[in-house]
Amino acid sequence: MDAATHASLQAITEALAHLADPEIPVISLRELGILRDVREGADGVPEVVITPTYSGCPAMGQIEDDIHAALSAAGLPGRVITQLSPAWTTDWMSDAAREKLRAYGIAPPQCGSHADTPAGVVKFSRHAVRHTAVPCPQCGSNNTTETSPFGSTACKALFKCLDCLEPFDYFKPY
Amino acid sequence: MAAPVDYVLHLADNALVLGQRNAEWCGHGPVLEEDLALANNSLDLIGQARLLYQHAASLINADPAEARRFAHLQGARQNGQIAEDTLAYFRDTAEFRNHTLMELPHHGPLVGYAVSERDYAVTIARNFLVSALMVLVWDSLQASKDAQLAAIAAKSLKEVRYHLRHASDWLVRFGDGTGESQRRAQAALDHLLPYCEAFWQPSPAEQAAAADGSGVDVRTLRDHWNALINDTLAEATLTRHDQPHAGYVAQGHVGVHSEHLGFLLAEMQSLARAHPTAVW
Repeated sequence: MDAATHASLQAITEALAHLADPEIPVISLRELGILRDVREGADGVPEVVITPTYSGCPAMGQIEDDIHAALSAAGLPGRVITQLSPAWTTDWMSDAAREKLRAYGIAPPQCGSHADTPAGVVKFSRHAVRHTAVPCPQCGSNNTTETSPFGSTACKALFKCLDCLEPFDYFKPY
Repeated sequence: MAAPVDYVLHLADNALVLGQRNAEWCGHGPVLEEDLALANNSLDLIGQARLLYQHAASLINADPAEARRFAHLQGARQNGQIAEDTLAYFRDTAEFRNHTLMELPHHGPLVGYAVSERDYAVTIARNFLVSALMVLVWDSLQASKDAQLAAIAAKSLKEVRYHLRHASDWLVRFGDGTGESQRRAQAALDHLLPYCEAFWQPSPAEQAAAADGSGVDVRTLRDHWNALINDTLAEATLTRHDQPHAGYVAQGHVGVHSEHLGFLLAEMQSLARAHPTAVW
């Protein structure tokens, strides 16, 4: 890669650095693991590689539009490529990103994908996917309970704290 | 290596038809949390269906013989090529390859369509039976020789695990609940279990996919599925009355559907067919 290409990819990376998730504005696409790569395409056009969170996440269309808008605002060329593999996982979220989620009032994911083997059918037991204690993002208490495994967006569950009595979202491990 | 188109469509149709069926609860859920849960469940299923239809469309467009086979589908094409919406909205009942189980209404054998006649026990029992199967299918398909199908499987597995957990939790609550909830959960199970026999009689497309390594031989999953089902039913104090290998086996996966799929598709496809060149 020549210096000019390197500089152009660097400029794109910087232009996208602060793009946030449309539903969770405190965390960037890079931190969330949606923005996977900025690279040079086979034809020389820069490519921004993103990966979807949940298969049906309606935010993906908005995210793609946001990237196009940011590129065009900065006068930079580029196209958006959606890539499924490796499958997105909450494991990619850094500790700093998890702390931002918590401060925003969303309990961060406890753990991520499981080390599955095709033979290990036991892992599908409904008890195996039970959460350990999810601390309340408001008061820190572990005395919390799940209201519903599905919440306001595909990636969240509904919880409530039995000490401070606040309801809160929990970012589910994926 | 690419999976057979009809196999990808079988997986896509299963996800789309159940996703559309479950979305009927949107705005009508028995409690707010379940309204959200079923809407999320449908969002996942329709998202999986989209990925699968996109894959099927690219396989069709890349193969002149397949392109001819689907030449009669003209709606929602993009630059003259088959697109995901072409496959979802412009095929007719007999072209769908979903299991009959997916299309049945949220009601027992004496069918009712009124909102007030929907029975949540049927919804939960079906989601339980289907997600137990799909957890196993997606897990196996992570090793598919079709790399795109393997990628879709890895994502879908993470989602159906949550669906299985949700349905299992509610089935236990219903089965091990009040007399009324127990009776309805048992009736739902008795109604739906015989339709599961079709899982174990793979269509020619499923057999071709299993043979070339892009699919999975579902018959090898049967013992695992039984173990998953029996474990939860024991906790739910529910009883299996189905007799394996007995009676009529539903034929939806080879294109012979119940009377219910046509109504579901009519509602789902009418807007796209009224405006076949619309983009949104």
